[in-house]
Amino acid sequence: MIRYIGRRLLMALPVLLGTSFLIFAMVYALPGDPIRALAGDQPLPPEVIAQLRAEHNLDDPLLLQYLKYLAQLFQGNLGTDFAGNPVSETIALRLPITARLAIVAIIFEIIFGITAGVLCALYKNSWFDNLVLVSTTMVVSVPVFVLAFLAQWLLGFQLGWFPVAGIANGWFSLILPGLVLAALSMAYVARLTRTSMAETLGADHVRTARSKGISELRVVTRHGLRNALIPVVTFIGADLGAMMGGAIVTESVFNIPGIGRAVFDAVRNQEGPVVVGIVTMMVFFFIFFNLVVDVLYGVLDPRIRYE
Amino acid sequence: MHRQRWVTALVLAFGLAMLVGCSGSWAQTTPGVFTVYVGEPQNALIPGNTNESNGGEVIDALFAPLVTFDDETLDLTYDGVAASVSSDDRLTWTIRLKPGWTFHDGTPVTARSYVRAWNWNSLATNGYVSSFFFANIAGYSDLQSLTDGKPRGTEMSGLRVVDDLTFTVTLTSPFAIYPITLGARAFSPLPEAFYDDPTGFGRKPIGNGPFRAETEWTRGRGITLTRFDDFAGGAAKSPGMAFRVYTEQSTGYTDVLAGSLDIMVGLPEDARGTAPAIFGERYLTRASSSLTSLAFPLYDPRFADVRVRRAISMAINRDLLADIIFDNSVTPARGFATPVVDGFREDACGPACGFDPEAANALLDEAGFDRGEPIDLWFNAGSGHDQWMLAIGNMLRRNLGVDFRLRGHLQFAQFLPLQDSKGMTGPFRTAWSMVYPSIQYYLAPRFAASAQPPNGSNSAFYANPAFDAAVAKADAASSIAEANRLYQAAEDVLVADLPHAPVFVGVIQAVHTQRVSGVRLTPFGGVDYASVELLEVE
Repeated sequence: MIRYIGRRLLMALPVLLGTSFLIFAMVYALPGDPIRALAGDQPLPPEVIAQLRAEHNLDDPLLLQYLKYLAQLFQGNLGTDFAGNPVSETIALRLPITARLAIVAIIFEIIFGITAGVLCALYKNSWFDNLVLVSTTMVVSVPVFVLAFLAQWLLGFQLGWFPVAGIANGWFSLILPGLVLAALSMAYVARLTRTSMAETLGADHVRTARSKGISELRVVTRHGLRNALIPVVTFIGADLGAMMGGAIVTESVFNIPGIGRAVFDAVRNQEGPVVVGIVTMMVFFFIFFNLVVDVLYGVLDPRIRYE
Repeated sequence: MHRQRWVTALVLAFGLAMLVGCSGSWAQTTPGVFTVYVGEPQNALIPGNTNESNGGEVIDALFAPLVTFDDETLDLTYDGVAASVSSDDRLTWTIRLKPGWTFHDGTPVTARSYVRAWNWNSLATNGYVSSFFFANIAGYSDLQSLTDGKPRGTEMSGLRVVDDLTFTVTLTSPFAIYPITLGARAFSPLPEAFYDDPTGFGRKPIGNGPFRAETEWTRGRGITLTRFDDFAGGAAKSPGMAFRVYTEQSTGYTDVLAGSLDIMVGLPEDARGTAPAIFGERYLTRASSSLTSLAFPLYDPRFADVRVRRAISMAINRDLLADIIFDNSVTPARGFATPVVDGFREDACGPACGFDPEAANALLDEAGFDRGEPIDLWFNAGSGHDQWMLAIGNMLRRNLGVDFRLRGHLQFAQFLPLQDSKGMTGPFRTAWSMVYPSIQYYLAPRFAASAQPPNGSNSAFYANPAFDAAVAKADAASSIAEANRLYQAAEDVLVADLPHAPVFVGVIQAVHTQRVSGVRLTPFGGVDYASVELLEVE
């Protein structure tokens, strides 16, 4: 087990190195001159431009820029943006907020998605099953920003149940954006759980358990759900990894200063080190959560072994 | 059957929990503090390194300028730190400061606070974006030319401290309106504490303005300011204020509607039509200094003939554009300056900026313009220019019988370098806002032959010795009034040559909640925060 985790983490290293180079190259390949764009309609003096270009190694060829970046990285320095703010500070400032939002969203996903899915599988073709089918279809087909503005306008502004925007009310501020962020995945989780659960409930071991006279609750949770959850956990794990990368639309509409907005701005400003620093971190989270999911398989199904 | 009831109960219970758990309004107001919408500043909050409006708004609340301007007439007034700015020859200026002004850390504002700051701002190694403000001071080039990464000097020869409250500025050439330019925020003083820790200062500036920083600036969130009780100017009426960072205008606007945000300048597009009815007296407008024009690529032989440029300008129905496309959130431009500057004339452009399709067609025929080839219309992507540029194209097609091609696919970072390297193949969108309220700022920096890229913003690559001479004559005038008259003569040269076709002047729109009163828009496009009064309504 430990050896398995160790090997997986070792394998992550070349992946991280490779992605960071790819992203670096992509930012480098973006057309245009980021320093010129900084100045806008009123051009900077050539001396200032030269100074800024030199500061950010922008005159070097791609490979040299990347090596300089790596050298910095191994000294624990993630570099700075054009305004001189350290990237590490940006991450420290914004990641906790994004993480909180992701946790809220995942909790909604788990509670509502799995519950709805299990109930649908138990009462197939009931009115509840149909309701879930229709509502999940709707949620999946509506773009996130429509959902976000609708929720903000209706639940935030008209009804006043939640703050309209911002993070001034702590965790409570995150409920509405968390719900919007979770909506799409919640729909998938419900569908996934329903299918998987329906299949498991028809399996031989469930029939055996029922015939042994075990209580229905125990049959559903211990024998049914536990087995049915494997594909769902895979999905949620990947989703959590994606959410740690921030949700640009949700963060923008609800004015949440998370990491998604930071990386969006950095791409637009062509701030290489910022983009690479944050995206590499996202990749790491993605790998990490996938590993957690793989380990969880063994907990859910003891037949799965690691070597 | 009983199973279904169980499900119904669960759904009902959830709904009830939602209702009970969350009721009431979530207006996020802080006692004693009014909140203001702001976008994320580009740089740290250092006056010499800020030339965009987001950071500028915050700097303006924290720093007081040398000179001020009358709200109505825009005449130069001395309600700032300077008691007088005078010169006998318009070349060497003596600036006398009022006594009693202090920084937020208690240290006095002296002549040295200015001279040292201006030198620091001009030093190429600091890479400050507003260094060009100091370019006309003698010795500036020494601080800008680097050999092996080292500047030739660190102090401009043109700056001299006479005593604690007096210093002189020697310019490279006479400049009659120099006192007006000192209203720009780049000329703000810096306390000695700045030089110990510029980075820390950029987060929590120590200014000389009506408000002082209570907290550090937090990126993505904002800053809280409190009234500076030892302020030597007119004291702020509210005990505190806070800037809140937003990324979406529409979110800010909803927050104002909900009462969680007090003041917002600049409205989202879809609110422009309805805001006046919703906010009534709490909806404010004022002409802004932003002038949007179509610049002609004068290096392209197709647009080298002034008759072609006049024809295109006269084929644009500016009134219709302002009304239909912009919901009157802009006004038609009929000159090269805006109504908020000293020296502005109504209809300075005359028939060349009027709407006259017949005369336009006659001009186009005269010039032998090839109507078979479409006109390219250039603008930068993602900034909301698509709709009005399309309207302009349609006007050209209908009124001149020339087809058009929209070239709006480049982001700013690609658009600007192309513009600077003579890459435009047709009229292109360009905009300009003032940093000091003089007609001069709309002329020389945009049309002087010496301001051609990469040295300046003359992206039409206009060069006319008659214009340069007219500007030079005005620069050397004996008074500001005379200078304005002479600048108008330079504007007439532009009207005859029409390197740009002025299209529209922006209008600032703002809304505020019932928690505040006395909200006044400045000609610079911001709010006079010191005069905002907080009325606690509850």
